[in-house]
Amino acid sequence: MKKRKSSGKALSLGALPMLLWTLVFVAIPLLYILWMSFMKRSATWGVVAQFTLDSYQKILSPTYLKVFAQSMWVALLTTLFTLLLGYPFAYFTAKLPRRARSAVLMLLVVPFWTNSLVRIYGWMILLRSQGVLNNLFLSLGLIDQPLKMLYTFGSVLIGMIYALIPFMILSIYSSVEKMDWSLVEAARDLGASAWRAFFTVTLPQTAPGIMAGCVLVFVPSVGLFFISDLMGGAKTVLLGNLIRNELLTARDWPTGAALSMVMMILSMGMIALYKRLAGDKSLEGLL
Amino acid sequence: MKKLGKWLPRLYVAVLLAIMYLPILVVVIYSFNDTKLFQWEGFTLDWYRKLMTNRVIGQAFWNSVKLAVLSSGAAAVLGTVGAIGMSQSHFKTKGLLENVSIIPIMIPEIILGMAYLAFFTYLQIPFGMVTLVIAHTAFCIPYIYLNVKARLAGLDPSIGEAALDLGASRTRMFWDITLPMIFPAVASGTLLAFAMSMDDVVISFFATGPQVTTLPLHIYSMLKMGVTPEINALCTIMLGVVFLGAALLRLLRASRKAQQ
Repeated sequence: MKKRKSSGKALSLGALPMLLWTLVFVAIPLLYILWMSFMKRSATWGVVAQFTLDSYQKILSPTYLKVFAQSMWVALLTTLFTLLLGYPFAYFTAKLPRRARSAVLMLLVVPFWTNSLVRIYGWMILLRSQGVLNNLFLSLGLIDQPLKMLYTFGSVLIGMIYALIPFMILSIYSSVEKMDWSLVEAARDLGASAWRAFFTVTLPQTAPGIMAGCVLVFVPSVGLFFISDLMGGAKTVLLGNLIRNELLTARDWPTGAALSMVMMILSMGMIALYKRLAGDKSLEGLL
Repeated sequence: MKKLGKWLPRLYVAVLLAIMYLPILVVVIYSFNDTKLFQWEGFTLDWYRKLMTNRVIGQAFWNSVKLAVLSSGAAAVLGTVGAIGMSQSHFKTKGLLENVSIIPIMIPEIILGMAYLAFFTYLQIPFGMVTLVIAHTAFCIPYIYLNVKARLAGLDPSIGEAALDLGASRTRMFWDITLPMIFPAVASGTLLAFAMSMDDVVISFFATGPQVTTLPLHIYSMLKMGVTPEINALCTIMLGVVFLGAALLRLLRASRKAQQ
């Protein structure tokens, strides 16, 4: 009996392999690029071990700040639209009869299992200037010449929303499902209108799901370079594209590392804010 | 009015689902289209025939399957044993270490991708299947770890203690008591990790070399080059398999319930 208790106080052996793996293959690589972001760029390739703040200074220049602002704007709009479209979806789904509900959830999750690039490709076919939608509009006589829909800011936004909306819906759904409906009934019985009851009772109760959904959409949307790459042409450059270009085209590793660090601090800040607002010490609420 | 209030929400759900499936439907239809162009020219199975003889796509597909099996498998072992170990540990930096373990799914993937590119270059590990498996295992662990941890938190510890009091060894308790109880969580976490690994573009993009390509990376380069009807055919097959699997799962569950 004693032995069991004392083993509970220290680090259990079972945790070691995972922690070691995490240390070597997550923590050290991340610390390595933190170190790299303060180093000098080598003239040919890689870095020179010499402390400098050049890279951070470089990313404060207007060209970089513009990309940064655009990236934030896309992430913000993506989060907003996934919330506005996803909330009613999650809410209505939670109110469906049980069989219909599980069918809807299944339909929502199944595309996850297919390739996300191919689904983006489906949108490319739809939006192209000789694509499905333009042909449809032309034959209906709605337009005289093809609209430019692909390779625009709007098409990048569509791609982002499409790729990330399931995360928003699923996390809102889980909090709507846990909701105490008797509180809504009580509010209605006391004379609140349906809208008033929604805003004062339902919305606050589902706030944890909304916040978790926002983090789950916002954080990845900053780094998804392939959607803007495929659907935005060269025009919509986001932070993710910039990091990739710094690494592979410009071969400026310290700047790429500095950009990654800024992005990481940003996402950590988002998660910390979420934890504070949701009052949740663990991060499971996010999965 | 009451009827409208009932049907309008359902209509909304149906319309949004339809929009979500629109691009998928387009891909399926175009996989049977008799031209590389964007108008409908007639039905054909040519792209499926071409897909079957396309060695590069086949190789990329098998690489992806191999990678997903190896990394979600390794992560299942590390994450499950890790979650059990962590649940029994109490030390000061536990919360911090736990957060580091789940970092890969908390930050944008591209950061980890860049970190691996720099790290493996520094260590001079040749980029290929080995680096891919390392990288994928790292981001698969959190899915399993969090799932198992949540399940463990809901378990009654007295069952395990009863086994120990009755003379079972810790290993025996793990195999006979703990594992069967947490198995659903292990399975669903591993399944999710497998899907994430199969579909990963960003981390694989940085963590592989020119010799080894995965299916998503190959599709990405094909899409950048232009039109790819074979990819439509491949995606249609994958969709079919996934739907069949999901339907089977539902049937299985329904029949199990009926038995009970």
